[in-house]
Amino acid sequence: MKNIALAKCFAVGAAALTLSAAHAEIKIGFTGPLSGPVAAVGQDQYDGFMLGIEALGKKLGGESVSVLREDDQLKPELGNQIARKLIDRDKVDAIVGLGFSNVLMASLPRIVESGTVAIATNAGPSPLAGAGCLPHVFSMSWQNDGTAEAMGKYAQDSGYKRVYLMAPNYQAGKDYVAGFKRYFKGQIADEVYTQVNQPDYSAEIAQLQSAGADAVFVFYPGGMGVNFVKQFSQAGLMKKLPLLSAFTVDGTTISSLRDAAVGTISGAMWDVALKTPGNTEFISNFTKKYGRVPSHYAAVGYDTAKLLDIAVRKVKGNTTDKDAFAAAVKAAGTELKSIRGPFRFNSNNMPVQNYYAFQTIKEGNDFTVKLLGNPLPDHQDAYVAQCKAK
Amino acid sequence: MSATLLLAQVLNGLQYGVMLFLLAAGLTLVFGIMSFVNLAHGSLYMLGAYAAAVVGVQTGSFTLSVLAAVATGAAVGMALEWVAVSRLYRRDHLDHVLATFGLVLFFNEVVRMIWGSQPVFVSLPESLSGTVDIFGFTYPTYRFLIIAVGLLVAVGSQWLIHKTRVGMLIRAGSVNPQMVSALGVNIRLLNAMLFALGSALAALAGAMAGPILSVQSGMGEPVLITTLVVIVIGGIGSVHGALYAGIIVSLVDTLGRTFLPMLIREFASREVANAAGPALASMLIYLLMAVILALRPQGLFPAHKA
Repeated sequence: MKNIALAKCFAVGAAALTLSAAHAEIKIGFTGPLSGPVAAVGQDQYDGFMLGIEALGKKLGGESVSVLREDDQLKPELGNQIARKLIDRDKVDAIVGLGFSNVLMASLPRIVESGTVAIATNAGPSPLAGAGCLPHVFSMSWQNDGTAEAMGKYAQDSGYKRVYLMAPNYQAGKDYVAGFKRYFKGQIADEVYTQVNQPDYSAEIAQLQSAGADAVFVFYPGGMGVNFVKQFSQAGLMKKLPLLSAFTVDGTTISSLRDAAVGTISGAMWDVALKTPGNTEFISNFTKKYGRVPSHYAAVGYDTAKLLDIAVRKVKGNTTDKDAFAAAVKAAGTELKSIRGPFRFNSNNMPVQNYYAFQTIKEGNDFTVKLLGNPLPDHQDAYVAQCKAK
Repeated sequence: MSATLLLAQVLNGLQYGVMLFLLAAGLTLVFGIMSFVNLAHGSLYMLGAYAAAVVGVQTGSFTLSVLAAVATGAAVGMALEWVAVSRLYRRDHLDHVLATFGLVLFFNEVVRMIWGSQPVFVSLPESLSGTVDIFGFTYPTYRFLIIAVGLLVAVGSQWLIHKTRVGMLIRAGSVNPQMVSALGVNIRLLNAMLFALGSALAALAGAMAGPILSVQSGMGEPVLITTLVVIVIGGIGSVHGALYAGIIVSLVDTLGRTFLPMLIREFASREVANAAGPALASMLIYLLMAVILALRPQGLFPAHKA
């Protein structure tokens, strides 16, 4: 009896060994803010990513795949811990997501040490685009300045003379204002920085009315954007002043704003109005599965699944050589048929892509966007020259 | 800087002030009379906003949505008092903080499970979504309604506390609860009613804030911090103090936010003003609180003269 039990153990052990030799499944770690005020942003990235994997038959590059999901709660120190856990304990092949810029930057130390491939789906901070660029770390979403630069270019092209700028008083707010000014050459009526997570903008809106600007540019992500747009619209300004925005009105907030958002112009690399190949299919599948319209966060997640599929196929499922895998991801960027239109990774691993201008409109009883133009086609960021990586 | 801009800012301050009053009135009563620290007050504000959003979309009536929010606030407040809070009165303040912080997490998660993490839509009737023209400024009609409702509640609460028997008991209870209960008054019922009233006011504030703010899980916490500043400045347990302090805090905040950066620009470069202005403005109300705590620790308008 004892012998039989022992033999069974060996058999199971041997089977396990052969399985791992034949190559274990691809393991991906997803991290993002999945709770708190910006949970909708993380959830959309995750749902978009999972939809992409599902569309590929629950496989990446023909290999079966498992995804570990972690919530960074928008806390840099937690992001750092999660990166360590995913790399050291779970031994993931790649990390996807990585949350907001501050969380991404805090997660980098262990990622850099281990050489694990990391694909950010929500951030492209300027240090990472410039001198601090890394061969294994990619941004699938955008270099942070892109949307603001597109709005600056759009304002310039539309012939606005005086623009009023508003953003929360923190690093990203200042970056967006700087990005806007890089392409807008007209006069700046005023530059106002508000408290982070300020609920009420009535004082600033009164001030803005007396400034004599002919357009307004704002960067108010998440709940701040909902607050600002509601109050801007209630003050009756939507009809008087064009509202240009970055990350203020998007797929995660439009359903709560409805009429209040109509007329807002937004810079983005993707939205539902794009007629790119595969986009209609993505939107209808996402809406069917999750019961809501996808945002650009979801679109980035979806693209990331497709990107990894190509990359894993290129290395034939063998991700042990991390340098080769990173090179495959980079090459996959060029091959990818992104739902946002043209896409490739620049030498700093940031996207080279179109930044469009969209406007929120009402269609029957639905609220959606229409494409106004493409102010920055095939745009590369301003920091790439500082990147020394090949 | 023009006079009309100043007028608009004073209106903004007034509107924000009555909003703070609605939140602070309940909190200050519960804190002053039952000596209970209730961090979950912001959750009732959030529940009020959600109740109003749901009923507003279902019925299309703004009045009904506000009434539903008040009813929800009173019911949840009553239930909360009975299930959890009444068991904690005898414990010390740290236990209150721990328990009500747990409630905050609980309510935030419940809301997220039911309505998801995306903000929900709040409808506003056509008649209220217009603007009023004041000397060339457009000011939202709805904000006037907020001011009116807030002032109405202020008058109502003054009447309740100073002219009714319940008010008399509340005032007596805040000075000496043991004596009041020894005189045969059901202090437990009084406490429960008071807690429910405070909760209903918080829910009313939430319902009124819904159309101008993002209604989402966790919306109650930032505003709770400002509310705590208000009750400290106004004097703990003082309802009229909550009203005056609410208006003082909001005027300081609003005017500071607008005019401090302008003022700094007069004698410093634009870059310095842009950086220092908002940072200083966000500190103003806390500085005010610190000064008042140092000079008048009982608050500016204490409930009863010591």
